[in-house]
Amino acid sequence: MALDRWIALAFITLCCVYGYAAFFTMDDQLPPILQRNPVWPSTFPKILTVAGLVVGFIILFSSKPAANETKKDGAIDLTRLGDYHVGQALGLIVLMLGYALLLRPLGFLGATVGFLFVGSLLLGERRFHIMIPVAVIAAGSIWYLVQEVLGIFLRPWPGMFM
Amino acid sequence: MIEGILIGLATAVTPFNLMIVVLGCVIGTLIGMLPGLGPMSIIAIMIPIAIGIGDPTSALILLSGVYYGAIFGGSTSSILLNAPGVAGTVATSFDGYPLARKGQAGKALTIAAIASFAGGTIGAVLLMIFAPALSSVALLFHSAEYFALMVVGLSAIAAFAGTGQVAKALMMTVLGLMLGTVGEGALSNTPRFTFGMMELQSGFSFITLAMAMFALPEALFLVMNPGRAATGDSGKISGLRISRSEARSIAPVIGRQSIQGFFIGVLPGAGATIASFLGYAVERNIAKGAEQAEFGKGSIKGIAAPEAANNAACTGSFVPLLTLGIPGSGTTAILLGALLALNVTPGPRLMIDEPDVFWAVIMSMYIGNLVLLVLNLPLIPYIAKILTIPRTFLIPFILFFTLMGSYLGQNNSTELLILVGFGIVATILRFADYPLAPLLIGFILGVMLENNFARAMQLYRGFDFIVERPMTLGLLVLAALLVILPSFRSYRARKRAEGVADGD
Repeated sequence: MALDRWIALAFITLCCVYGYAAFFTMDDQLPPILQRNPVWPSTFPKILTVAGLVVGFIILFSSKPAANETKKDGAIDLTRLGDYHVGQALGLIVLMLGYALLLRPLGFLGATVGFLFVGSLLLGERRFHIMIPVAVIAAGSIWYLVQEVLGIFLRPWPGMFM
Repeated sequence: MIEGILIGLATAVTPFNLMIVVLGCVIGTLIGMLPGLGPMSIIAIMIPIAIGIGDPTSALILLSGVYYGAIFGGSTSSILLNAPGVAGTVATSFDGYPLARKGQAGKALTIAAIASFAGGTIGAVLLMIFAPALSSVALLFHSAEYFALMVVGLSAIAAFAGTGQVAKALMMTVLGLMLGTVGEGALSNTPRFTFGMMELQSGFSFITLAMAMFALPEALFLVMNPGRAATGDSGKISGLRISRSEARSIAPVIGRQSIQGFFIGVLPGAGATIASFLGYAVERNIAKGAEQAEFGKGSIKGIAAPEAANNAACTGSFVPLLTLGIPGSGTTAILLGALLALNVTPGPRLMIDEPDVFWAVIMSMYIGNLVLLVLNLPLIPYIAKILTIPRTFLIPFILFFTLMGSYLGQNNSTELLILVGFGIVATILRFADYPLAPLLIGFILGVMLENNFARAMQLYRGFDFIVERPMTLGLLVLAALLVILPSFRSYRARKRAEGVADGD
């Protein structure tokens, strides 16, 4: 089964969960006064559920369009997934998750310098004398711009220092 | 109208706003040249800064400057490297890149700059003429018609998605609408679909979703497939001048395509990409003999047409945004989100309640186009240098800016986890060729759609508004036709191709 149909199947599952919540759980919590209303908080989600199921099943069961369409230049061909730098992409995703989790404990400057440095490292850059200054200058100037110029609070250092 | 123009000029020509136009154009051009960062991602990145300014007029001026700059920047990289940074400039690379390889990159860039300027300026004139008219028509609309109009907008976006893509675009739209229902519901403020999580109480943040849908998957694609970026040396750029006869031959092309592009841009769902492809196709069909044969091999008309069309369409896409409150494209959807965050509600009342915002934006379009031309002509040789930033530095920065964009909106690191989660989902969806813009448009329109729907339901005590208001019924029928007709046509075409008898 092609990936787009797997996605359609996942979408139908999502619709079922969403629809279950809309049809069977939401109306019980509704205060009596609102029950006299012609439109309930669950009305629109119910319509969406039905529409979603219809569209999902159309994709799941419709015949596949001609497969001889030429791939766009630079597009990813899933059958040759091994040829791409999937490892690097996964590494960057993990790095972003790490950034999300460490932003508060490490402070903005530490986390950002680390992110930019490790990001370059993951992509195969080894010129440390360029990487470190670039990361430090970028993190510092963005912190200055956001905190001092725009006035949005960003904690620069780890929590215990400030 | 004259009064409005004066109000707009007075607001737009303050030193601060002029500086902001210049800044927006420069930033847009510079970032727009980087493959992978289209106007949508750049505007999404700039939103926290625009909101930080606080004044909606200046913020919108900044964002529209960035928008124009990004479209122009995208054409620079399509011409020099055959690496369109923006979907709307893909058509520019058909003739721009061959011309650049002949050593006439300077001429190609100059034509692109002039055609963009003309397209943008003619578009702004048309916007001034047509926006007030459309806006007075829009005032006749009630909540029932608004609901129906948004349904038309959403189905138009799906219908223009291309053959075989309609069902996928519809599915993405429904998914976007579903994501829009997370959080507190319309009319009653009870939380829905939050699964007891406090973070979801106010719904998903639109900036996070925009970043996750566009910037993040594109960056990951760049990592996985370095050939996509094709960065390299900029080569020699010489021969900026265009001759008198060349100017005479491209002038009618620019004129035609500016007008055509504008009206395509007005249609919700069409936008700059379709305008540029259609403009290129139309001009190739109109051209005769040797000129037609030159298309694809470095024709100057082939550069002028898509460039004029895409800039005019960018301006055109502001018409439904400013007068009806309906974004016609992913980019204007992001702009709409930014406007709502700044407490400005685009729609028919905008021109009456906040004429300074409306007219200042139109005036800043002229200024922005002029700035782009003045700025870019002398800078053309240097502009290409930015493309030589190694991707080992470029990609971490792109990712960092997406993270920052969503963190600054909420100051909440849970938002970053949501961003990465959606980013992964969006990447998988892109693998399977699902269009992502409908999802974002659905998400943004969802709340308004539901509010108008709920209001209409309350006014008519049920679904009667569909039959009782002829305009609503007409619009809903139009929406259904928009979805069904392309699917039906492609179904028939497929059947014919398979050699199955049609029956008629």
